[in-house]
Amino acid sequence: MALVFRIIYSFLLLISTTVIGVSQSDNMVYIKGGAYVPLYGNDSSRVVVNDFLLDIYPVTRAEYLNFVKNNPEWTKSAVKRIFADGNYLISWKDDYTLNQKISGSAPITNVSWFAAKNYCKAQGKRLPTIDEWEFAAMADETRIDARPDSLYNQYILSWYETPKAFNKEIGSTFKNIWGVYDLHGLVWEWTQDFNSVLLSGESRKDVDADRNLFCGSGSIGATDLMNYAAFMRYAFRGSIKANYSVKNLGFRCANKAQK
Amino acid sequence: MKKYSYVGALIMLIIISSCGNTANENKAKVKMDPARMAIQGEMEAELTAPPKVPASVGDRSAKKLVVNMEVIEEEGEMTDGVKYVYWTFGGSVPGSFIRTRVGDEIEFHIKNHPDNKLPHNIDLHAVTGPGGGATSSFVAPGHEKVFNFKVINEGLFVYHCATAPVGMHIANGMYGLILVEPEGGLPPVDKEYYVMQGDFYTKGEYGEPGVQPFDMKKAVEEDADYVVFNGKVGSMTGDNAITANVGETVRLYVGNGGPNLVSSFHVIGEIFDKVYIEGGSVINKNVQTTLVPAGGAAIVEFKVDVPGTFILVDHSIFRAFNKGALGMLKVEGNENRTIYSGTIQEGIYLPEGTSNQEMPSSEKEEAVNTNISMSERIELGKQIYSRTCFACHQAEGQGIPNAFPPLAKSDYLNKDVNKAIDAVLNGLSGEIEVNGVKYNSVMTKQNLSNDEVANVLNYVYNQWGNSKKEVTPAMVKARRSSEGH
Repeated sequence: MALVFRIIYSFLLLISTTVIGVSQSDNMVYIKGGAYVPLYGNDSSRVVVNDFLLDIYPVTRAEYLNFVKNNPEWTKSAVKRIFADGNYLISWKDDYTLNQKISGSAPITNVSWFAAKNYCKAQGKRLPTIDEWEFAAMADETRIDARPDSLYNQYILSWYETPKAFNKEIGSTFKNIWGVYDLHGLVWEWTQDFNSVLLSGESRKDVDADRNLFCGSGSIGATDLMNYAAFMRYAFRGSIKANYSVKNLGFRCANKAQK
Repeated sequence: MKKYSYVGALIMLIIISSCGNTANENKAKVKMDPARMAIQGEMEAELTAPPKVPASVGDRSAKKLVVNMEVIEEEGEMTDGVKYVYWTFGGSVPGSFIRTRVGDEIEFHIKNHPDNKLPHNIDLHAVTGPGGGATSSFVAPGHEKVFNFKVINEGLFVYHCATAPVGMHIANGMYGLILVEPEGGLPPVDKEYYVMQGDFYTKGEYGEPGVQPFDMKKAVEEDADYVVFNGKVGSMTGDNAITANVGETVRLYVGNGGPNLVSSFHVIGEIFDKVYIEGGSVINKNVQTTLVPAGGAAIVEFKVDVPGTFILVDHSIFRAFNKGALGMLKVEGNENRTIYSGTIQEGIYLPEGTSNQEMPSSEKEEAVNTNISMSERIELGKQIYSRTCFACHQAEGQGIPNAFPPLAKSDYLNKDVNKAIDAVLNGLSGEIEVNGVKYNSVMTKQNLSNDEVANVLNYVYNQWGNSKKEVTPAMVKARRSSEGH
């Protein structure tokens, strides 16, 4: 049995290095782009996502501490309020001391969009776009698009209901087919263009305004659950502003795919 | 085509509603237009968790009323051993009760706890404005939003969260009531309570233990596992029951958060003297069951005249007994036997002509087992007793006063064994005297074999201080034969 697994494993490794061409450098993986139909978008048509690189894990507290040490303008005391609200790094003891009760390998949260953007920039990277993030996040362990699967959606929904998942360490949820961990089940994540979604917070009105989107996505029964899971992400994105620092909101970085 | 008729209907509606508005405005001006009422002073709203309600506005002037509402996502108990993650306004399901009056200007602070995962908002049905406040109150975790509104319409209104997916936010408990009293307040009553129904959808069936996640599929299919008052099974039963004293008038502010089910609200053993239909201004009287729509409310009032426990139910009755929609109002005080007597007589009911009818008798002439010991007979007799005699003569043979004579230390029984055998074989009716007390009742004929009659009588004779008289199957057979044939 073990031998069989080993053979399968090495075969998978072979595929991943040759076919998908994963570049594991800087803890990133290669995501082969494609077209997909998002819940919301500029219109109801399919959106094309180009190939890109994405961090395997969300940025950790320890990694962020390192960033702050090298960029003191992002310490708790020095940061400007227009770039990060009063909840920025709120659990930290002081400018350079993490709250010891939470593991350094847990995802960094209570960071603003400006802070996240600058962190990625300092690594020579950038934040993923909503479409990149959603494209990568519709995968489960075995499929690029697992959204029609009710179990996959149930998993996401149940996380949305579970309080205080932000204390868990990175890598504690599943690894999807691209090799990316923790897109669901740990924390929300900033995206570059999070505020391009104009969700008023009045869901009934929003539904009305985007009725064509719903119809456009076809079989309503099959997509109900999928819509609900995505709804909650979009609702969340619609509720935040770039200087907000939220306890359940972290980030990871993306980059252009190297040729 | 369809589109045009739709537009036409819309225009018609606009015309009709604008006409209606003018009429209303004229009427309101005669009293005082609440929209133009001036406010005097400021106060913080008292908020209460169910079943309590804040104090009445009384004759206070219209004020600026500051409402501080915190949204908390937290695990609670649906019923014994069943946990559920509730999303709440103010830490309770239903959320905090808000009490205000027409003309008040409310400064509403909605605070989303930093530990929460989701953005929330609030749509108050008492608000005149787009989304009932939902758009203005959309707030991320760890943030606060403030919006103002003037209270124009009186009545009992539902509020709820309207963040996508709105059904899920409501299904998890995000609803409550806001009462808008008229100038001078509602007429005072003795007791006021806050009751709100909601339906819940869990992965496991009713009662399945552990943390139960929300089940979207069941919610879409409207297949509720729990239908409860005030957020959980037993929120108003036993020690949690609401209370009143005889002679008091009770007013219930009844809401229904849904998300799906309409409530047929009923209090077993009471008639609502008054119902403010749908929480509005029309009062209906002498109502047995009132409909409370999902996202709607009603105010019911009744005077309690007699003591006892009155059961609050959704009269879609399986919800009450199988899904949890049951509460209790305990009323203490003196009995009023004119209004309600309690049981005054209890007897056997024999339909016309039944005395001539017999149970299909299987002439049980089985071989008599003579080897059986007395103790075995008594044991067998005990089983027959608990099947056949127990209901009337009771566990200790004490009978029921005024209805069924006792068998314990019974002079009637011990005096004449044949009369006892006859009673079991043929039944007994008419007046008899047992231990100095007269009984006039009916005992039906028992369809038992000679052996069984002997056994049960041996059991009875050997219990409760009786004579230990031995009864044999032969004696029973002899009485059966002599039976007037």
